[in-house]
Amino acid sequence: MRFAPHTDDDVRAMLAACSLSSIDELFSHIPPKLRLDRELAIPEGLSEMELVSEMRRLAARNRHADELMCFAGGGAYDHYVPAAVWALAGRSELYTSYTPYQPELSQGVLQSLFEYQSMITALTGLEVSNASLYDGPTALVEAAHMSTGATGRTRILLSEAVDRRYVQTLRTYGAGEHFTVDTIPAPGGVTAVPDVGGDVAAVVVQHPNFYGNLEPTAAVFDAARAAGARAIQVFDPLSLGILAPPGELGADIAVGEGQGLGNHLSYGGPYLGLIAARPADLRRMPGRIVGETVDVDGRRGFVLTLQAREQHIRREKATSNICTNQTLMAVASTVYLAWLGPHGLAELGRQCLAKSRYAADRISDLTPAELMWPGAEFFKEFAVRTETPPRQVQRKLLDAGFLVGPAVGDEGLLVSVTERRTREEIDRLVKAFGEALS
Amino acid sequence: MTGAPVRRDGPDIDRRTLKERSRPGRRAWSMPELDVPGTEVSGRQRRQEPPDLPEVSETDIVRHFTRLSQINYGVDTGFYPLGSCSMKYNPKVAETVAALPGFQRLHPHQPEDTVQGALELLWRLERALCEITGMARATFQPPAGASGELTGLMIMRAYHTKNGNPRSKVVIPDSSHGTNPASVTLSGYKVVQVPSDPRGLVDLAALERLVDEDIAGLMLTNPNTLGLFEEEIQGVAAAMHRVGALLYYDGANLNAIMGRARPGDMGFDIVHMNTHKTFATPHGGGGPGAGPVAVNARLEPFLPAPVVALDEESGLYHWDHDRPDSIGRVHGFHGNFGVLVRAFAYVFGHGRDGLREVGERAVLNANYLACRVKDAFPLAFPGRPMHEFVATARPLRKGGVRAMDVAKRLIDLGFHPPTVYFPLIVEEAMMIEPTETESLETLDAFAEAMLQAAKEAHEDPHLLHEAPVTTPVRRLDEARAAREPKLHW
Repeated sequence: MRFAPHTDDDVRAMLAACSLSSIDELFSHIPPKLRLDRELAIPEGLSEMELVSEMRRLAARNRHADELMCFAGGGAYDHYVPAAVWALAGRSELYTSYTPYQPELSQGVLQSLFEYQSMITALTGLEVSNASLYDGPTALVEAAHMSTGATGRTRILLSEAVDRRYVQTLRTYGAGEHFTVDTIPAPGGVTAVPDVGGDVAAVVVQHPNFYGNLEPTAAVFDAARAAGARAIQVFDPLSLGILAPPGELGADIAVGEGQGLGNHLSYGGPYLGLIAARPADLRRMPGRIVGETVDVDGRRGFVLTLQAREQHIRREKATSNICTNQTLMAVASTVYLAWLGPHGLAELGRQCLAKSRYAADRISDLTPAELMWPGAEFFKEFAVRTETPPRQVQRKLLDAGFLVGPAVGDEGLLVSVTERRTREEIDRLVKAFGEALS
Repeated sequence: MTGAPVRRDGPDIDRRTLKERSRPGRRAWSMPELDVPGTEVSGRQRRQEPPDLPEVSETDIVRHFTRLSQINYGVDTGFYPLGSCSMKYNPKVAETVAALPGFQRLHPHQPEDTVQGALELLWRLERALCEITGMARATFQPPAGASGELTGLMIMRAYHTKNGNPRSKVVIPDSSHGTNPASVTLSGYKVVQVPSDPRGLVDLAALERLVDEDIAGLMLTNPNTLGLFEEEIQGVAAAMHRVGALLYYDGANLNAIMGRARPGDMGFDIVHMNTHKTFATPHGGGGPGAGPVAVNARLEPFLPAPVVALDEESGLYHWDHDRPDSIGRVHGFHGNFGVLVRAFAYVFGHGRDGLREVGERAVLNANYLACRVKDAFPLAFPGRPMHEFVATARPLRKGGVRAMDVAKRLIDLGFHPPTVYFPLIVEEAMMIEPTETESLETLDAFAEAMLQAAKEAHEDPHLLHEAPVTTPVRRLDEARAAREPKLHW
């Protein structure tokens, strides 16, 4: 493959225009010792046809969620992606564009992001959203930085029912001595209301939590507020058609994984980090924010704004180092949420709720397995306690054509049921579960 | 030749938001009838009011976003000479292969034996990137360049901590990108700035004066942010290594030297790459990217866990989680895999010969364009540029014309402007990177537009001050946007 359009004549003419005799002369100021005196040990290039064959071969070495029945969750979900989403987000004027620093040429991306921010604030019940972060876990890291900045404290309290990947990521980024992380127990699969000391910058609850369970979020956040700490909710945007919004539950900052909003599973990325907060934290928000304004003729237009928070202006004093974000995923999510609207999102939530309830009841009624937390209320995911090690059960279900998981420690297995799964598919899973455990 | 610019023409365009198009009861969605018993959320958890999302038809949505795309400039629209951004053509075949269900429909928690193709892809891409950079191992977790920087700095910190002292300072040049100092702060270090010398290169004498055993490392691009090759890089490396500090290579400008020189051979210990620059993965209007980080053998233990591993005997790949010195996880899953599929297609589609040609043509294009415009826009520094050059609009200043005015006039002349006012050390900077995928005709047309703008700056400056006049919106009131933030409907 070659995409440089130069003919031999072009090269000669261009060199001559620069008073140069050869391409090598362009590199002659690289000290000889540093010049690579051999070819790179990479195979020779391929034609497009050969490349497609090779990529098809690699893709065929994977088993995927069109071939296996996907009941897997744990932070990535097989929600339906409507055809309109990528037909529009995939328009090349959008996906081949750069960051909209020249607003006159970038109103498409800028208005899309303004609409994205509007929808995220509508979903979360919080007044301020940025234009995207990398993914859910890194969004939590940014929320932790905002909280330490706002409170002048450095201790983060985090429920043990928060997805382990969030905790691991938070610990990695805290290691520069920005903050420490302590856990709040979650007996019975939901977070216990903690004692929040005066040294706590933020209290973090995931709702619905890693096990799928709904949390007594408001009570935990009351405790945070009483101690002057920020209340952070890790939320699932797909739940917010039927679940009370984070802002109403008392969250000061809401972060979430936006994958399910029209983005493909794609082996874990590119996904979408959601973040929303209250106006008091506006100037601590990380990353790009789009605002509405007018042009010199008074026409409405959109620009990147409040850039005095950002690295290209503030350098070492910036609120975050983020530059490239996940804009295209945010645009896709905007199309997705417009496609669903308020009633489609609520119907999707009702279907996830009912189908996962049905699956959980069937598994506990018809198989030797029990739910890990039989009394708990959940949204689209639940944990099954298995006598046999969960990874063995997962393996047997895989052999039967089902993706489930991830495992919950050594005692359980997560099962996730989105709106895509039918009763007949759930019944087949239940049967396979029974056989896997017998 | 120049691409179709974003134009305002004909009747005024429909600029309504989705909210303004919304009508109660209108909808795009469809869903199967619920085929299991319905249930309800308990009262205290239930949402009382539906979220304030628009109610629109699918036709509304399609017209809306199609219209928005038509008022947006992309690489597919035209030339994009943004310095430090490598806005090259994004091959269509990369999009095609990334959409294969065997890549796009993989769940990140799938067992390793069901994703052997994905792991093989990552393994081979890692080997290729290590070969291009002269490094030993790499991580794919960082989803963007800035994330790669922070990951590299955390590796630096872990290395020094393991050796008994994390140290406290990191050196960056005064011409650096803003993410460098921001990442340094986030990694827990203090920024020390080293000046550029009259040639626009790191002032080696000044560097030698400020290095001591409290310096953890130095971050540098090479070619640097002025598009110049740091010819004394070996001296820089020696100065750092003498005090046990590490050298970090910011890969923003890797495009210039692919197949010709390698950061590892220059003495760099840590390298991040931007696949959305060098390896042509689309910028997506500002993301997603991918920021793989490669390190030399002594830093390998500190890479984020897990890393891909190959069992030579069975030929099977797996994730190696047993990394006791790892800095930990920097991304929720395995990084921006879908972007890495595109990067793989680019690297292996080009191959060793093609990658070397990429660098050569990129440097040729930048040098040619610099020659074409330098009489009106002198180079900020005398050295021969590599893949980009920094010119200055300073000569126009006395007529009251600024670099931004030239940029806006270029829009009316049909081009996306170059990067302006960066690097910060150059007055009225115009940073131009044509990339290898532009033709001689396009470069000539752009040069003519630059020269025309310079001429107009003397003869008819209001054309520049008023510009742009052809776009759907003209210059926007950014001060008002910041003073009275309106950030949602």
